[in-house]
Amino acid sequence: MKFASQIINGLSLGSIYALVALGYNMVYGIVGLINFAHGDIIMVGGYMVYVAMVVAGAPLWVAVLASILVCAFTGIFIQQVAYQRLLNSGAPRISLLITAIGASIFLQNLFQMLFSSSGKSMPSMITGAPLNIGSLQISRVTMVTIAVSVLLMAGLQLVVKKTRIGKAMRATSEDAGAAVLMGINTKRTIVFTFGLGSALAAVGSVLYSSAYPLITPYMGGMLGLKAFVAAVLGGIGSLPGAMLGGYLIAVSESLTKAFGLSKLTDAVVFGILIVILLVRPAGLLGKNTKEKV
Amino acid sequence: MLQVQNINVSYGSIHAIHDVSLEVHEGEIVSLIGANGAGKTTILHTISGLKRPDSGSIVLEGHDLVKTDPPKILTLGMAHVPEGRRVFQRLTVQENLELGAYILKDKDQIQELMAEVYRRFPRLDERRKQLAGTLSGGEQQMLATGRAMMTGAKMILMDEPSMGLSPLLVKDIFRIIEDLNDQGKTILLVEQNAKMALSIADRAYVLETGKIVMSGDAHDLLEDDKVRKAYLGA
Repeated sequence: MKFASQIINGLSLGSIYALVALGYNMVYGIVGLINFAHGDIIMVGGYMVYVAMVVAGAPLWVAVLASILVCAFTGIFIQQVAYQRLLNSGAPRISLLITAIGASIFLQNLFQMLFSSSGKSMPSMITGAPLNIGSLQISRVTMVTIAVSVLLMAGLQLVVKKTRIGKAMRATSEDAGAAVLMGINTKRTIVFTFGLGSALAAVGSVLYSSAYPLITPYMGGMLGLKAFVAAVLGGIGSLPGAMLGGYLIAVSESLTKAFGLSKLTDAVVFGILIVILLVRPAGLLGKNTKEKV
Repeated sequence: MLQVQNINVSYGSIHAIHDVSLEVHEGEIVSLIGANGAGKTTILHTISGLKRPDSGSIVLEGHDLVKTDPPKILTLGMAHVPEGRRVFQRLTVQENLELGAYILKDKDQIQELMAEVYRRFPRLDERRKQLAGTLSGGEQQMLATGRAMMTGAKMILMDEPSMGLSPLLVKDIFRIIEDLNDQGKTILLVEQNAKMALSIADRAYVLETGKIVMSGDAHDLLEDDKVRKAYLGA
C-alpha cells in the first residue's frame, strides 16, 4: 500500500515535471536554447497566485488566469530582451546559456527584493474530500494535478499536431530557413512558443504550490533543474519525451522514498542524468536525424 | 515578369555578387549556370528576400521585392525550392504539402492544389502518411517541388534540383520542370548540371565569380565553344 501511494504521488509530481519539461523542450526544439530561466517562471507563477489571492483577495480562477498571463508575458519578455539579439546574430551556444543563467539569477533576485527571501505560505487552493480505494487514499490535490496535467498535455498535442500555429512551430523547429520560404513568420512563432511554454509552467506552478504550499524566490531552481533532467531523459527537444521523462523521474524519486531512502532522492535523479548522458545522450525518445541524398 | 537590375550582394566584407542583371519573362524557363561558388544560390536568396542586396533593384510584376518580406513575396506569386530540398523530415508528406499552402486561406483552393500535386506525383500520393525523412532523394525533390506548387505561385525559383540524384532521377526531375512550365509556370533554374539545364531552358545566363559573363538563347549557349569547354566538359 505504501508503494501504491508513493507511485500515485510520483505520478502527481511527474505531471508537474512534465508540464515544466515541455517548456524546456519546446524552446530547445525551436531555437536550440536551454532556457535556464524557465524554472524561475514557475516561481513567478507562484508569486502571482499569492499576490492575486492573498494580497488582492481575488478568487482562485482569477489568480490562475493572472498567473498564466504574467508567466507568458515574462517568458516572452525574457526572449525579447535577453535572447532575441543573440539568436539573430548567431551567437555561440555558450553565450546563450550564460545569458539564460543570468536571466534566472535576475528573476530570483528581483523577487527576493520584492517579497523578501523568506517564503510565503500559500492559501489552500484545491480542497475537497480525498478518494478512498480500499486503504489507499488519494488526495483531491493529487487527483486534480494529474487530471489537469493530462488534459493540458493532450491539448498541447492537439495544438502542435493539428493547428496552423502548431504546424508552424514544428516547421520552424526543424528548419527555420525552409519555414520562412513557406511564408511562416518564424519570429512570431518563436514568441508564441516561449509564451505557451511559460503558460504551461504557470499551471505547473499552481499545481505544485497546491501540493507544497510554500513559495520562495528560489523554488524554481531545484524544480526547474529536475524538470530539465526529465527533459534530457526523455530526449531534449521531444514533446512526448518531456512527458515520459517527467513521469519517470518523479516515480523514481517517490520509489526511492518508498524504500526509505528519502535522503537519496536527489542523488537518484542526478544519477539518472549521468547514466543517460553516458549511455544514450539523445535521451529515450530523442532522435538524431540524418540528411538523405 | 521578373527584372533584376544591377544588384550587388556581399557577406560582410566579401563582395559576392557584382552588378548582376537578369530578366525572366512570363512562361519562360531561364537557367542560371555556373561553377560551385559562383554565386547562383546567393542570387536566388536575394530574389526571394532571404538576403538583402547592397544596391540594385528586383521587381516582380511591378512590385519592388527589395523591401518586401519573404512571406509577402510568396503571396505575390513566387515560390522557392531551396538547394538540398529542405523538406521537413519529421513531418509527413501530407503535412509538408499543407505547409506549402500556409499562406493560402481558401480551403477549396488548397484541396485543388493538393489533388493536382498528387495527380502529378503518384509516388507522393502513395506515401501521404509517411515521414518525409524516410523518402528517397528523388522523392524528396518531388515533395519539395510539390510543396512549392502548393503555394499557388506563378513563378518558381529552383535551386540545384539535380543535386545528389542518380542520372535517371535527374532526367525525371527535369521532365517535371518542363511539365510545370507547360502548365504555365515560369521558372528560374539554378544548376551546376549545365547540359541538362541548357537543354530545357529558353534562355540562360552564365555566372562566374559573381558576374554574368554570358547570356542568351539556351540553345546557342549549348553550342558555344567557350561554354562547352568550361561547363560541358567537351
